[in-house]
Amino acid sequence: MSDFIGDWHALVVLVVAGVIPNQIWRMLGLWFGGGLDEGSELLVWVRAVATAILAGVIAQILVQPPGALASVPDLLRYGALAAGSIAFMLTRRSIFAGVLCGEIVMLAGKWWLG
Amino acid sequence: MPLPPIDSPKWQGAFRAFAWGMSSIFSTILSLVLFVTYIGIGALAHGTHFSLAWALLSTALVWAGPAQIILISTLASGATIVQSAIAVTVSAIRLFPMVVAVMPMMRTPQTKRRHLILVAHFTAVTLWVECYRFLPQVPRERRIAFVHGLGCGLISVGLCATVIGYFLAANLSQTFASAILLLTPLAFLFSTARNSKELADGVALVLGLVLYPFAAQINSGLDILLSGVVAGSIAYGVHRFRVHA
Repeated sequence: MSDFIGDWHALVVLVVAGVIPNQIWRMLGLWFGGGLDEGSELLVWVRAVATAILAGVIAQILVQPPGALASVPDLLRYGALAAGSIAFMLTRRSIFAGVLCGEIVMLAGKWWLG
Repeated sequence: MPLPPIDSPKWQGAFRAFAWGMSSIFSTILSLVLFVTYIGIGALAHGTHFSLAWALLSTALVWAGPAQIILISTLASGATIVQSAIAVTVSAIRLFPMVVAVMPMMRTPQTKRRHLILVAHFTAVTLWVECYRFLPQVPRERRIAFVHGLGCGLISVGLCATVIGYFLAANLSQTFASAILLLTPLAFLFSTARNSKELADGVALVLGLVLYPFAAQINSGLDILLSGVVAGSIAYGVHRFRVHA
């Protein structure tokens, strides 16, 4: 059982460094978004910023890759994204086709490069 | 499984709406993406010597893939609690506008803020995307129950995958691990692109991708926020220009 829980110190770190810094934004959104109207212009801006921040998170993972992804060369990561995007557009916006094509290009490239 | 028509008696009662929400996890490809992503997070937690309970609590309470990856990798690399907390909170800023955008879709005049606390907790990229897809087919007074069901279903998928990844960890090759990590940007990009029905959303997505590498040069620690606000505001400007032109 103690293996399952681990040490309590790590759980405190989880709350302080993981849960609170993350949830604070959701609760602020709840407090702020509770009063917005569905058709409001502010919401168009908020949605555009949410989309652009998400695009930033995507770009960050590709430009500064975490963990094992760093073993994939830069050009191969960007190439996989480009190939996936082309598949996505050719299949009239199929998420599955885009993801699959991107992954295949990355794996094939990695295999080819050895 | 298709949802019943909006005026169908199958929507009567909150419990039924909850069940429809939960069963909707089987009609989205993003469940599969989530499953594989959390296998990666479970494996990462095992590889960095966190306990299984720790990994499960992080999935249930943090419930944001990039934040969990950043938390585990920074703590494992010896960063202080404060450094990790800052890195996590910057990645989590996107949740603020997401929650703001999701709330009005399910509010009725009787809705109190406390009814939406769980919805706010469940909100992450998967739920955000699926709300736009599913909620127009759900009667407004049943939307909160539906989202509770969908959120519980998605978190269950994440928890199962965390356990599987935790026990598989020793057998994952580096190639497979990099394929899992590539899944997050690919799935985020295409699911958001699919959701971009309005011009402003599409412009924001492309500009956000292009501007980030420039913002990263400044290396302020708030790069994502900076490129996001600039790209989002330009996209909104384009939208205004189109509406008034």
